[in-house]
Amino acid sequence: MQSTADAVLVIVLAVNLLVLSSSRLRTIIYTVAAQGVILSLLPGLLHGGLGVRELVVSVGALVLKGVAIPRMLLRALADLPIRREIEPIVGFRASLLLGLIATVGSIYVSTRLPLLEVEGGSGQMFVAASFSTVLTGFLLLTTRMKAITQVLGYLVLENGIYIFGVLLLRATPFLVEVGVLLDLFVAIFVMGIIINHISREFTSISTEHLSALKD
Amino acid sequence: MTLTPVVVGAGLLAASGLISLLAPRAGRLGDLVFAALMVAGGLVGSVAAAAALVRGGDADLVVEWLLPWGRIWLHVDALSAVFLLPVFVVPALGAVYAVAYWSSGHNRSARPLRAFYGLLAGAMAFVVLAKDGVFFLVAWEVMALSAFFAVAAEDGKPEVRRAAWVYLVATHVGTLALIAMFALVRRASGRFDLAPLEVAGLSGSLATGIFLLALVGFGVKAGVMPLHVWLPGAHANAPSHVSAVLSGVMLKMGVYGLVRVGWMLPEITAWWGWLLLSLGAGSAVLGIALAIGQHDYKRLLAYSSIENIGVITLGLGAALLGRAAGDPVLTGLALAGVFLHVWNHALFKSLLFLVAGSVLHATGTRRMESLGGLAHTMPWTAALACVGCAAIGAMPPLNGFVSEWLIYRGLLSRAGGAGLGGAGLGGAVGGFNGGFAAAVVVLALTGALAVVAFARLFGTVFLGSGRSEAAPRAHEAPAAMLAPGLVLGAACVAIGLMPLAAVRLLGRAVALAGGGASADALGSGLLAPLSAIGALSAIVLGGAAGATLVLRWWGGAARGARPGTWDCGYARPSSRMQYGESSLAQTAIGLLVWVLAPRRRATPISGAFPRTASLRTRVPDPVLDRAILPAVRRATRLVMSLRRLQRGKVQVYMLYILLVVLVLLLLV
Amino acid sequence: MIDLTLHFLVLLLMPPLLLGVIIKTKAFFGGRVGAPVLQPYFDLLKLLRKQMVLSRTTSWMFLAGPVVTLVATLAASLLLPLGERAAPVRFAGDFVLFAYLLALGRFFTVAAALDTGSAFEGMGAAREITFSCLSEPAVFLGLLALARITGSLELSGLLGPKVVDGWIAAAPTMVMLVVGLFVVALAENCRIPFDDPNTHLELTMIHEVMVLDHSGPALGIIEYGAAVKLFLFGAVVVRLAAPVSTGNPLLDWGAFVLAMVLFAALVGVVESGMARLRLTYVPNLLIGAGALTGLGFVLLLMR
Repeated sequence: MQSTADAVLVIVLAVNLLVLSSSRLRTIIYTVAAQGVILSLLPGLLHGGLGVRELVVSVGALVLKGVAIPRMLLRALADLPIRREIEPIVGFRASLLLGLIATVGSIYVSTRLPLLEVEGGSGQMFVAASFSTVLTGFLLLTTRMKAITQVLGYLVLENGIYIFGVLLLRATPFLVEVGVLLDLFVAIFVMGIIINHISREFTSISTEHLSALKD
Repeated sequence: MTLTPVVVGAGLLAASGLISLLAPRAGRLGDLVFAALMVAGGLVGSVAAAAALVRGGDADLVVEWLLPWGRIWLHVDALSAVFLLPVFVVPALGAVYAVAYWSSGHNRSARPLRAFYGLLAGAMAFVVLAKDGVFFLVAWEVMALSAFFAVAAEDGKPEVRRAAWVYLVATHVGTLALIAMFALVRRASGRFDLAPLEVAGLSGSLATGIFLLALVGFGVKAGVMPLHVWLPGAHANAPSHVSAVLSGVMLKMGVYGLVRVGWMLPEITAWWGWLLLSLGAGSAVLGIALAIGQHDYKRLLAYSSIENIGVITLGLGAALLGRAAGDPVLTGLALAGVFLHVWNHALFKSLLFLVAGSVLHATGTRRMESLGGLAHTMPWTAALACVGCAAIGAMPPLNGFVSEWLIYRGLLSRAGGAGLGGAGLGGAVGGFNGGFAAAVVVLALTGALAVVAFARLFGTVFLGSGRSEAAPRAHEAPAAMLAPGLVLGAACVAIGLMPLAAVRLLGRAVALAGGGASADALGSGLLAPLSAIGALSAIVLGGAAGATLVLRWWGGAARGARPGTWDCGYARPSSRMQYGESSLAQTAIGLLVWVLAPRRRATPISGAFPRTASLRTRVPDPVLDRAILPAVRRATRLVMSLRRLQRGKVQVYMLYILLVVLVLLLLV
Repeated sequence: MIDLTLHFLVLLLMPPLLLGVIIKTKAFFGGRVGAPVLQPYFDLLKLLRKQMVLSRTTSWMFLAGPVVTLVATLAASLLLPLGERAAPVRFAGDFVLFAYLLALGRFFTVAAALDTGSAFEGMGAAREITFSCLSEPAVFLGLLALARITGSLELSGLLGPKVVDGWIAAAPTMVMLVVGLFVVALAENCRIPFDDPNTHLELTMIHEVMVLDHSGPALGIIEYGAAVKLFLFGAVVVRLAAPVSTGNPLLDWGAFVLAMVLFAALVGVVESGMARLRLTYVPNLLIGAGALTGLGFVLLLMR
């Protein structure tokens, strides 16, 4: 845990728990945005320096994860008649506990994998942070009802994949990473459209109402 | 070292109740004879058991008998001596208590209860002494059955009958597992006794089978969490001195069995240890959390027994892990903690059940909600309760802390590490250490929850002012009911102040159950902190007592008028407005809703002048009330639907016969 | 010998000073001059000279409560190293005794509160014992993490010179421990944002509401005991945040006292900058603190 990259990842882990434990939509959006900004630092810290490729990924992450998407969500929050507090299916304390368990689990798994050391950071830490962030994303997706928290869940999930991608930045084609970002962008658009539609049809945006569509 | 005094003691216990039946039905003679015989048996037996612990040396006694497989084979070693001590001490004290609490003059059931109580005590002694498998099972069954009749003393009450039946079913499930276990033991060794097994005849799956069957069989008796279903009801509904024996001693027979089987098995697989450790951790946290949810103080004590058994099981798991890993430090510390906690729980839980009996005797209610302020009317009982509550909460000047500290210390020897300055972290696998660390945290959580449970018990029953008519009319318990409590309380303080001496006594038993190396490990300075703990405990006890007296004297000048409690300017406070036990529990239960799932029924308050409102909360048992009873109900419904077949008409039955014959024909 | 004397002097005399510093800091942020820093000492002396009023519902427990709490807290303080200097009593596993001595104090404080038979004090008692169920695991997780870092099992080692290793080799864990334990320190000592020691609105409080009926010397003992407890938690946090070791005993003592004053000032800053939390959020914050120390511990497993 000597390197700056590891320290950054530790912050990401802490932010995951923060996301799970906060109850206000606005706070969560800001927290996820902060996570994006923090993540945009990663490419530069790894692989021994900042190349063009790293720069592009880094700036892309900063703009998309840190600024653009959070702003969209904030605008959606302002425009739509959404209650500012979220009512989770699983309580905050329980989801915090689950998050902690997920973190412990992913760290345990990462110690069991045969991983190579990357220059400027330990692969172990990357894998742990990646798993735990993905799991946090899943937790958000499964335990929160509002459509907007679903978007946030996807975002956190993608952050986890992004961490993994950064680790493999040199090994895999650059296109993979861009592809992931693009995927996400599309997902956000889709979600945005869905939110719009749901809010038009049902006036409140909770996915619970979608179950009325089953028949 | 001969077995004679121990056997004489056990025989006296077993016979005492039967002999007292010879006394005339009326009058106190029977009670007194019974108590005298029990005390005599207890004294002889406990002195002999203590001698066996101090001086060591095994002894055998074999009597050829006509039982199918042969003989009565009794054996005493350090391990049995550890468990014999509570068997001889607690029931004798309970018998003295019963002279005033359950006397022949007042209770129709006193005479039979004496007989079963004595039999129960004697049978427990023989369970610990038995070496032969069949004799062990016979003693075990006598113990189980006499406990059933002792629990059912007040068989006029439906809830008592229900509790007794649940107990009977549960204990026989356990016995069944034990019989199967002995069958496997015979397969491994060719013999039918409780002797160490050879590695040669023992395949891995056979050993696992023996261990798991022992875990079920003895776990039911000990009350380990999913197998505890009988425990709360039986302990709450038995007469209090019986509850004291059940909780303080009989549960330990299950622990004894687990230790004994662990000692029999030559090699330990690590996952058995982890299994015991996690079962223990679950029992500890859930047991104490459920205790917080109870409204009946005897049920609360019963659930806290599950917690203490959980702590013991956790320690036992750690000891097995120590043996599996060849770590004498862990084994020694954990075993010492387990044995001492067996003693300690026997002391403070019996004390608390006797105190509970006194409160029940004085007020006639088991509901904490209707009590309060008993410290004024029952000062001695209140002081004893305070000692018991502090001890069971593992607070330092008393004995409970010492045994928990030993278990903590054992776990910590693996949960810590070599430090970052050294080469890595002790070299062990991450998860391995993490498990021990989790156990430490679970123990810490249990400790904090125990403070909630017992501060609430003590606070609502003894402090504040009475919440009903019963409380102010209470009276102090008679001397015969106080004296046993005083003995138990004094023992709690003594072990707290002289922990090193107590643990030294256990050295031989640790050596036997954990191997000589573990006892040596204990000798090598690991226990030195105990003298520091004892000294600090003495300072706390002395300092607190002295300073309280000084403060009383200092504030003595103010002892003129005593106003009422300041109630925020409220004009007419009533004692019903005190914070009650359920409100005290509510905050804590709120945090554990997802485990406890309390049920709550409230009538809504509406209008400007609401008439009546009520609030009922109940924390159901997660296994009995949520799993077993619904399953039984469903099974009953299924079976009942078969009754439609029973029409009562001969023609229909003939039709059935015809159908069966046809089906048979078709099959052939 | 000199060391031991200094240990006792600092331990016995300094705690009320922390309260004074906190009050002064809050006054500064409030734009007031504020009471003198030594005011808590004067308050204690005043209380000791006053008469006690005892409610007629109370029993011996009402007086035993404050006394046992203070004695237990002082006994616990014998186990804690102050700054760089080791504790007078130390042995492997002493932190368990430390935690349980504080639990003894809690039990008696709560019992004394319930002894008054007042609904308000019962409320405070319920909160106190419940919240401690959350802070206890957090503290143990933190101490376990320290045990892994320092390789020691005694408080004097856990908070000893090897804490520096932690900052060198596992800085993120250390940050989490400091923050987590600071939060626990605020909660256990009933400071803002958990509890407001200044208000006397019974419904909102934890600690103060439990001692509403105590007066005179008994109240003085309670206040002093609370100050000692704050001092103990502060000493832990300070030692973790600033493991200073100069080699000169006197300088070390000076550094410790200075750091403690800074700790008190920090508490004052937090109290000035924050409002008291809604009571239902208190458990969440404490669980968060536990999650932090737990995460810190888990991170150590990765090595």
